[in-house]
Amino acid sequence: MSGPIDQGAWQAIGLTLQLAALTTIILLLLATPVAWWLSQTHSRWRGVVSALVAMPLVLPPTVLGFYLLVLLGPQGWMGQLTQALGLGVLSFSFSGLVFGSVVFSLPFAVQPIQYAFEAIGRRPMEVAATLRARPIDAFFSVALPLAKPGLLTATVLTFSHTVGEFGVALMVGGNIPGQTRVVSTQIYGHVEAMEYTQAHWLAAGMVMFSFLVLLSLTRLKTRVDRVMP
Amino acid sequence: MTHGQTLSVTLSLARPDFSLEVELELPARGITVLFGPSGAGKTTILRCIAGLERARGHVVIGDRCWQDSAKGIFVPTWRRALGYVFQEASLFDHMSVAANLSYGVERVCVPQAQDALSQAVSLLGISHLQGRSTASLSGGERQRVAIARALATQPEILLLDEPLASLDYARKQEVLPWLERMHQELSTPIVYVTHSVEEAKRLADLVVLLENGRVTSQGALEVLPNAG
Repeated sequence: MSGPIDQGAWQAIGLTLQLAALTTIILLLLATPVAWWLSQTHSRWRGVVSALVAMPLVLPPTVLGFYLLVLLGPQGWMGQLTQALGLGVLSFSFSGLVFGSVVFSLPFAVQPIQYAFEAIGRRPMEVAATLRARPIDAFFSVALPLAKPGLLTATVLTFSHTVGEFGVALMVGGNIPGQTRVVSTQIYGHVEAMEYTQAHWLAAGMVMFSFLVLLSLTRLKTRVDRVMP
Repeated sequence: MTHGQTLSVTLSLARPDFSLEVELELPARGITVLFGPSGAGKTTILRCIAGLERARGHVVIGDRCWQDSAKGIFVPTWRRALGYVFQEASLFDHMSVAANLSYGVERVCVPQAQDALSQAVSLLGISHLQGRSTASLSGGERQRVAIARALATQPEILLLDEPLASLDYARKQEVLPWLERMHQELSTPIVYVTHSVEEAKRLADLVVLLENGRVTSQGALEVLPNAG
């Protein structure tokens, strides 16, 4: 038996961090415009989009993972599209895992940013308009900086939620070492193989990680609140 | 804009709980006070002039048309050369006082923008506040910064929406003298919304009385209730 944190474990940890970082970056770029739209619109589609965004909160990850697998697989329309584009099939690949994580963590990114935009209200944007800022300029110079606490929460939640995901990772990724085996599925594998020592090391690491993330989030929020009451 | 020009505003708006029907020809100089109880439509008129709200009608200042519903013209707020001061302090809290002051100036394409900024700053007596953070200002100081910030963009008209209403008596006295000074030294026309007789008396050249979204009378100070 090798040491408690063997090469496979390090590989899983590296892959997990890579996945979480990528998912967070993609989601911030994707969620910010969606959150802005949801916070401003009076469209009758608002309720539908809001519900769709929140779906991953209530669906079992296995359900989500199953449909993503069907969608991304060789017979699914996404799978056919990616094949037609020469990207191959995304199921059981790292790219597919990223795609699944983005969908799975969508509400964790959209909702805090949306609430932050709603809390700002319309006034600052009106003020910016009376000072000759065109809407896109006002968005970047006023709305986005004022929504900083929400953006921060979204970043931390998305990152840690992706680190902690299991169902989607197993269904879409397929637990392939070095490609799609993340920490949570690695732990599962250890437990199945009765390798409790290795499972302990990784599981305890996850507990510590989650605690530190939440602690730093509260710390950061108090600091931001002090700067921007 | 030059003497003799006017601000012509015709607005018509029907909402379930409120309707507005006004036709105003205001001189584009001095201070015009829109006076009336809350719910009279004063703020709505100001917001429509600024393009922050939409009503049917037209808004023409001098030879510039900002809105003409009949011709389908509606110039967005950020393209209207106006200054607007809101009732509650509306400084950007994520910026310093200095950054707030230069926010508008950086976005207008006028010559000598920096000169206009320093003039506005000295006119409102706030040069000592420029290094401060917005959170450390009193209510009166915040409004003076907001007024200077609007003035610095060299607007063709300055719209003040109850700028003193959320201040207590002492804080009001921090701002009123500066408004009077602005009145004397500035040629920019001002439309000033208030429900305070005292402010109207001290500032108005022309008073427009409003009630339930209609103009009830218009003239010099004597149209004010209890004005003697």
